[in-house]
Amino acid sequence: MQDLQAVAQLTSWLATGRTLFLLIHLLGVALFSYIVARRLVPLIRGERDFRFDRPWFRLGRVLKYWLGQWKQPRYRAAGTLHIFIFAGFLVLAIRAFSVLIVGVSRNFVMPGLSGSAGQIYGMVTDYAASIVFLCMVIAIVRRVVFKPARYAVPERYRKRQSADAIFLLGLIALLMLADSLFAAVAATVQTPQGPPVEAVAVLSLPWIMRNVLVAVPLPVLGRLYFGAYLVHELTFYFLLCYRPFGIQFHVETSLFNIYFAKLDREILKPVRYGISDQQLDQVKSFGVKTFEDFTWKHMLDFYSCADCGRCSDNCPANAVGRPLSPRFITTKARDYSFEHYPVFGRVKNGKALLGTIYSADEIWSCTTCGACEQECPLLVEYIDKIVDLRRGLVDEGNVPQSLQKPLKALEARGNPYGKMEKKRADWASSRKLETCGIKTLDHRDGAETLYFVDSITSYDERMQAIGRATANILDHIGEKFGILGAAERDSGHEVRRFGEETLFLALRDHNAEAIKASGVQRIVTADPHAYNALKHDYQDVPPVEHLSEVIARAVERGKIKFNPVENEKDVYTYHDPCYLGRHNQIYDAPREVLDAIPGLTRVEMSRSRDRSFCCGGGGLMLFYEPKEEQRMGVKRVQMAAEAGANVIVTACPFCMVNMEDAIKVAGMEGKMTAIDLAELVDRQIARKCPESRAEQASEIKECVTASSHSLN
Amino acid sequence: MEILVCVRRVPDTSENEIELNSSGDIERNELVYSINEPDNYAVEEALQIASKVGGNVTVATVGGEDDEEVLRREMAMGAHHGVLISDEAFRGSDGRGIATILKAFVQKANYDLVLTGVQAEDGGAQIGGMLAALLDYPFASLVNSIEVLDGHQLKISREIEGGNKELSEIDLPCVLSIQTGINEPRYVGMRGIRQVASVPIPTFSAAQLGIDGSNVGEAAANVKRVDYFVPSLGQGAEILHGSREENIDKVLELVAAKGGLK
Repeated sequence: MQDLQAVAQLTSWLATGRTLFLLIHLLGVALFSYIVARRLVPLIRGERDFRFDRPWFRLGRVLKYWLGQWKQPRYRAAGTLHIFIFAGFLVLAIRAFSVLIVGVSRNFVMPGLSGSAGQIYGMVTDYAASIVFLCMVIAIVRRVVFKPARYAVPERYRKRQSADAIFLLGLIALLMLADSLFAAVAATVQTPQGPPVEAVAVLSLPWIMRNVLVAVPLPVLGRLYFGAYLVHELTFYFLLCYRPFGIQFHVETSLFNIYFAKLDREILKPVRYGISDQQLDQVKSFGVKTFEDFTWKHMLDFYSCADCGRCSDNCPANAVGRPLSPRFITTKARDYSFEHYPVFGRVKNGKALLGTIYSADEIWSCTTCGACEQECPLLVEYIDKIVDLRRGLVDEGNVPQSLQKPLKALEARGNPYGKMEKKRADWASSRKLETCGIKTLDHRDGAETLYFVDSITSYDERMQAIGRATANILDHIGEKFGILGAAERDSGHEVRRFGEETLFLALRDHNAEAIKASGVQRIVTADPHAYNALKHDYQDVPPVEHLSEVIARAVERGKIKFNPVENEKDVYTYHDPCYLGRHNQIYDAPREVLDAIPGLTRVEMSRSRDRSFCCGGGGLMLFYEPKEEQRMGVKRVQMAAEAGANVIVTACPFCMVNMEDAIKVAGMEGKMTAIDLAELVDRQIARKCPESRAEQASEIKECVTASSHSLN
Repeated sequence: MEILVCVRRVPDTSENEIELNSSGDIERNELVYSINEPDNYAVEEALQIASKVGGNVTVATVGGEDDEEVLRREMAMGAHHGVLISDEAFRGSDGRGIATILKAFVQKANYDLVLTGVQAEDGGAQIGGMLAALLDYPFASLVNSIEVLDGHQLKISREIEGGNKELSEIDLPCVLSIQTGINEPRYVGMRGIRQVASVPIPTFSAAQLGIDGSNVGEAAANVKRVDYFVPSLGQGAEILHGSREENIDKVLELVAAKGGLK
């Protein structure tokens, strides 16, 4: 025997290699097709979800997030490992196919890979297999020895997901070994006969194996050749058919999951795709109550989750011990789907998700801060699912008592506090105003800008100071502005995110009409939640800006000059409000403003910008009584202290509530203060004649009485 | 089980600032009205009983067209029928008058169980007891749990002073006045109310119920309201001026001294 027989021609007592491998191929492919078809069943039964627009844009995102692995480096070690494995898989994909075909066709060469191209490709795959093998070893060691905290599964789920992960990692390692051995044997046999057909790359796994194998006699090599091939075949098909049963299904689904990922993340999912707001009354059931109420894309999310735990690692609710961990929102739904839509056996009738896999507390615990979605390498969506589940709860009347009162007050009075509408603009009649009264707008006023105040700034005594500071700033930069006064209702931002769509639509329609009637050309607000609502939830209203953008522009144009800070020893840090930062990417404007104040020292917290840590949530979340071990705000003020800051600047009234409470709870009064960007700017503005302030005070009273008769 | 819940529409105390006008009445122009809160708990309890043992829940109110809104809210919660009992002759009725009207309605249909809220937020906790007496039904007030024993009996618990509970058995048909906290009423949003917006609500007049006009209304009322007033602020508020720790100790001491801590 001078040559190694091709695997296709090898015989055993059972059948020729060709027959055996053809059989394995057919069985493997058939089984995989069947499994995938069964996995598609729930997707077909799911709600519709329109994800077929803008194909080029979607392809671009596939290049960025799938091929480019864009989010992976956010976790340095695991991300780097994943990029290597992913790249290795891509390289090996073609080789895997040609190796499979070699089993049935001796002289098969992948088109384009003959000659030197094939030689080079062979070298690359040798390294790829070696790298993937090495990565598997590292990944297993990480899981077994280092046990990163984010992989841990809480007791209550009684499941060891790590065991499954290690098993799969081991199988891939085995596949790489078999692949390398196959290449090494081929190379060993061919070496003595002139130029090698298959060269092996120096220091790769096949290279090491070949160096060991040179001493092995040919008949043994023959058996090794066959054995390596068989192990490769079986492992390959086992992996292919086993992946759809667990976290590794993402190998197949990720491409689709990213292609079909939501493009306009800031726009909340409608109650039903293809149903207008006017038609909503005819919809029998709102939200997600059973598994089939999820859209097909949301189900694809469940399949695609790799259980990497990054979402939960960044989730503030999870961090303070609330009963919510986004990772389990997904994996529990996936397990539910596997159980009720089994690959073998009949589809089982689903019960309500609430009480079987989800608890109401879990669903209400989310602040919709978006940290989970920001982190997910596979672009799994969470906020839409949480809101849909809440819509289902609201539809069933299953709303915590603590939220029922504010919701009813919002319906009756347009604010969650149940305060009288006519008192909405009371904050504007105060001596602390630099401006000469604030106009309540109607279309005759000709004001260009509407300051949308929203409920908390209108009614909460502490937050009214933010309203007055905002008015002072707008006045200082010469803005012709006014407020809606009693005609303004709550923006409804949290009403919508808490699942009360009908009430939200009523609030929105009321406000939209009042805004149109005022005849303004643009809207400014100091409340990121109102900003987000006006920008993304409302239609046909004038363009809206957050105050921080307005201030940043005014500073840039020289309309605002600052006095130096009084105490230069103070160290400031800026806390990114979720709905300004993550949801609207306004990170720089507030920082630019702070940096323009002479003598102000600013430090960054380790979690800042798109990794900002939610302070506890706004709007209705202030009324909700969560089950938690600690307040999110307390964690946040501790982060500020760790960064060496003693002043937290934020740009959201809800952040202010949470921060000030947290400072007290953490016992940091006197050591830490919180201030809104508007208040800080108002304090630091260099006004031309500071003495005039006192003179103005007497005038203000008159103006206020003159403007206090509301136009509504 | 056929259950009737008597409900009432009242100014919402949490969403209003009650002010008196010059004529000594409550300034009602900007008031927000809602279902009387204890009545809402009564309806929730009725719905839970009906879903456990079967049957229908009817909500009824004595009033005018404006009061339909609370019937609709309770129907959106799940009440099967809403009934408005309305007649000019009922205007100005005192507690006994209302109880007389409700008695006539209860006798018209057959209810196994009649529930009222423990009291109306603008009332005097009188209707339940009077209605039971007029019907000659057994009555229990301040009920904070109900268990259906068999077709003829209920096991109920009542809150008594000091947070203690008293367990009783009561024969059906009976009247119970329901305490808040007996359950967690479900949420009703605008959507729910819209869905029942077109369900007809039958109206019953004095004649239809066979009520003699001279027994109800202002003329028959023996209790007449003479005035509303807002009590003037008294003395007695104590403001603590210490450090936080000192204040906490002082508050604990004060609460304990008044018997609030055991």
